[in-house]
Amino acid sequence: MKEIIVLAEHRRGELRDVTWEMLSKGRQFADSIGAEIGVALLGNGVNALAEALKPKAHRVFLIQDQRFEAYNSETYEKALTPLITERKPLLTLIAHTSMGMDLAPSLAARLKMPLATDCIGIDVAGETFSLIRQLYGGKVNAAVSFLKKGPYMVTVRSGAFPVLEKEVLTGELVKFPSPLTDEGMAKRFIQYLEAAAGDVDITQADILVSVGRGIKEANNIPMVKEFADVIGGTLSCSRPVVDKKWLPKDRQVGTSGKTVKPKVYVAIGISGAFQHIAGMKGAGTVIAINKDPKAPIFGVATYGIVADLFKIVPVLKDKIKELRKS
Amino acid sequence: MNTVVCVKRVPETADADVSIGKSGKDIDKSGLAFDLNEWDSYAIEEAILLKEKLGGTVTVLTVGGEDSNESLRKCLAMGADDAMRLMDPAFDGSDGFVTAKILAEAIRRIPYDLILTGTQAEDDGYGQVGIVVAELLGIPHAAVVNRLEIQDKKARVHRELEGGWEEVYDIDLPAVLTIQTGINEPRYVSIMGIRKVAKKEIKTLGASDLNLKPEEVGLSGSDIQLEKIFLPPAGEGAEILEGKPEEIASKVFGILKDKGGLP
Repeated sequence: MKEIIVLAEHRRGELRDVTWEMLSKGRQFADSIGAEIGVALLGNGVNALAEALKPKAHRVFLIQDQRFEAYNSETYEKALTPLITERKPLLTLIAHTSMGMDLAPSLAARLKMPLATDCIGIDVAGETFSLIRQLYGGKVNAAVSFLKKGPYMVTVRSGAFPVLEKEVLTGELVKFPSPLTDEGMAKRFIQYLEAAAGDVDITQADILVSVGRGIKEANNIPMVKEFADVIGGTLSCSRPVVDKKWLPKDRQVGTSGKTVKPKVYVAIGISGAFQHIAGMKGAGTVIAINKDPKAPIFGVATYGIVADLFKIVPVLKDKIKELRKS
Repeated sequence: MNTVVCVKRVPETADADVSIGKSGKDIDKSGLAFDLNEWDSYAIEEAILLKEKLGGTVTVLTVGGEDSNESLRKCLAMGADDAMRLMDPAFDGSDGFVTAKILAEAIRRIPYDLILTGTQAEDDGYGQVGIVVAELLGIPHAAVVNRLEIQDKKARVHRELEGGWEEVYDIDLPAVLTIQTGINEPRYVSIMGIRKVAKKEIKTLGASDLNLKPEEVGLSGSDIQLEKIFLPPAGEGAEILEGKPEEIASKVFGILKDKGGLP
């Protein structure tokens, strides 16, 4: 029987949300082509995670080894190569996360499997796969097909697929022996580090005023800060502002920064890359200011202002200051 | 420390109004400015910082047409020693895997201790090429690197994870590292700086120079093919606030009072 295998992603004892998303999409996909779904779990002392995965898959492929305490592309490749070679799944799903970006391209190349990365849509008609991915930072979508025969590997964007309720499966636990030895590893995990906390916790704010690439220069940040002060908001930002060192990392909203759920989120000069949207989609009300009416941020915003931020923000500041006084 | 950096020239679309081109397979690039891929600008800066600290050379490579010389010259002006452009009509339609194959074949011909690329490109966003280069060369790799220190024959690297976390690894050299934005502050290149390197030779190599057969590269060597592009569905969409700036401000004030608890 055909099989689809999902690689479970977990970190520091917890399965990551994208694992459930891949299992949901993988299951739907497997059902549509009469295939079964398996999940591969590599870890150390992860029996509880294996139990949690059982209802979502026909099989849970478990490889335990103390060297799987943390993810490492080298150990993962050593273990997944024989597993995928033996099971020959039609499709292997890996998350397009920091881990998947480190693992999937080399694993696919080693296994000589065609790989499509960062997919937000996966469909099949007969033997032909149709994948949807994004180009130009999400400004356009692309339909992509495989040119060679499977088995295939696809990496899946976090948050792209919903977790749907399905009838419970009774996943059979299939243990694979660990192929790892203590012989010299070229890549050695040392530790996890968490970004240092700053003086402000943006996750606690009721109103966030967030600034993005559109602000153009560090010198323009105070203008937005003054507006934030007028409305009692806390200043946050998108990734490019942190990359350019205009604001500290603890102010960053998005996948690699903080996930925030303020009552009101004001996005200024932020186009709305998916990594940013993933961090703020839980906001109650979103007001977006951008000069590009096609900016993806307007797709998730409650209210939009299509304007040059340098013209509108000073007016917002002065007018609201005046209205608050009266 | 001899470092090879793989770069790409891309259209700047972050602030641009993007539309679908006539072929239906790419955007309309007329009127767009082009620049070095943002991730690659951090990769080349990191290589130059290492050269300044440890000595050695920086060689920059790209797969692309003559237009790409502009990006290579920017890297030379930043401080790279040599530039090489890989181009052949047979390379047309190459996907991420084939691009990696072409780069790997060129890199085999250069002495290297370290290979850097951007984590991904702004245009196609595969996030694949650097890691495949490592696999093809049979050397270790790390993706999404946001901190790097060279210690003798190894590198200590920090990989950026989600939610503000990082993973720290030691990795033996030579290795491929894909560099994340924010790792450093790419230096500014003046027009004078570009002029100074205008006459510097850019070597070009084609398929036969790299012992690549036409069927191994381009679309015929590729694993995936782009069928068409389209604008993403708009979603529910925002209610657009219209009017004079003062009127918009009054509306925003109302929303902040109503939804944000602004007194």
